[in-house]
Amino acid sequence: MIAIIGKKHGMTQVFDQNGSVMPVTVIEVEKNLVVAKKTAEQNGYEAVLLGHTVQKSQRLNKADLGQFPDGAAPRAYLKEMRDFSPTCEIGQELGLEVLEGVRYVDVAGVSKGKGFQGGMKRHGFGGGRKTHGSKFHRDLGSTGQAAWPSRTFKGQKMAGRMGGEQTTVQNLEVLRIEADRNLLVVRGAVPGPRGSRVIVRKAKKKA
Amino acid sequence: MSVMISTLEAEQMVPDRKNFCVGDTVKVHYRIVEGKTERIQVYEGINIGFRHGGIRETFTVRKISFGVGVERVFPLHSPRIERIEVVRRGRVRRAKLYYLRQRSGKAARVRELVGSKKA
Repeated sequence: MIAIIGKKHGMTQVFDQNGSVMPVTVIEVEKNLVVAKKTAEQNGYEAVLLGHTVQKSQRLNKADLGQFPDGAAPRAYLKEMRDFSPTCEIGQELGLEVLEGVRYVDVAGVSKGKGFQGGMKRHGFGGGRKTHGSKFHRDLGSTGQAAWPSRTFKGQKMAGRMGGEQTTVQNLEVLRIEADRNLLVVRGAVPGPRGSRVIVRKAKKKA
Repeated sequence: MSVMISTLEAEQMVPDRKNFCVGDTVKVHYRIVEGKTERIQVYEGINIGFRHGGIRETFTVRKISFGVGVERVFPLHSPRIERIEVVRRGRVRRAKLYYLRQRSGKAARVRELVGSKKA
C-alpha cells in the first residue's frame, strides 16, 4: 500500500484542457518522517509508522520523544500504515515522490462536525409532507413493532451527533503532483475542514 | 487563503484579460468545439457586470437577439476565450447594470464614454 499524510489547504478550481472548470482540492504533503517499522516477526504484522508536522520537543513528554529516531525532529501526528510498499529506512523523510505515477487516490480525513442532527439530515430519511394538513414533517417515524419485540433494537437510526468521524473518499483523480512544492491537487472534495490532516492512499478500487 | 492556493490560481489567470469595463460593448471571441472541429464564435453585447473572485471571476454580456434579451456569463480567465475586443466604451455610474433588463428599445442604451479615463 502506498500512503502519505498531508494537510488539506482548501478548494479552488482549475480549467482542464477543454477549458471546462473542475473543482479541486489542494493538499500540502510536507515530508513525512519514518518513525518506526513494524515487522511480522516482531509485531505480527508489517507496518510503517509515519510522522507528520514538526513539533517542538518541549511540547512532548519523554516517553513520546523516545520513539523518534536520533537526530530527527519530533512530529505531532503519527499514523501507522499497514503493508507499506515503498522502500524506506527509519529516520528517512518521505514526500510526494511515493505517489509518483499514481492516477487515482483515496483520501481519508475526519469530517466536519455537524452537531446534533435529525434523522433526515443524518440518515437521509424522507420525512413527511410540509402542507395539506400534514402534521408529520421531519420526524423519524416508527422505531419498531409492538407485541414483538416490544422494544427498539440497538443501532436503530435516530437523531444524534453527526460528522466528526473518519471518512474516506475513494477514487479521486490526481491532477497534479509537484514534489518540490509539496503540492498535490486532486479532483473533487476531501473530508474535513481546511488545515486538517488527511491520509492520501493509492486508490484501492481504481488504477 | 493559503499561499499554495493563491499561487495555483495565479498561475492560471490570463494576464491583461480584463481590458474592459462595465458598460462597454465587447466582442468575446469564444472557442467552440464541435466534435472534432474547432471554431471561434463571436458574441457581442454590453458587459453588465463582473462577479469578482480571482480565478473564479466572471462577467455577464447582455445583448438583444431577435427581440429577446440574452445574457451570457463567461469565466474571465477561461482558456476558451480567444480574446476580448472592446467595441465601444460605455459611460455608466454603477457596477452592475441590471436596470437594463427592465428597459427595452432606446431606453436600454448606454451612453458612450468620450475621451478621458483609461480602461
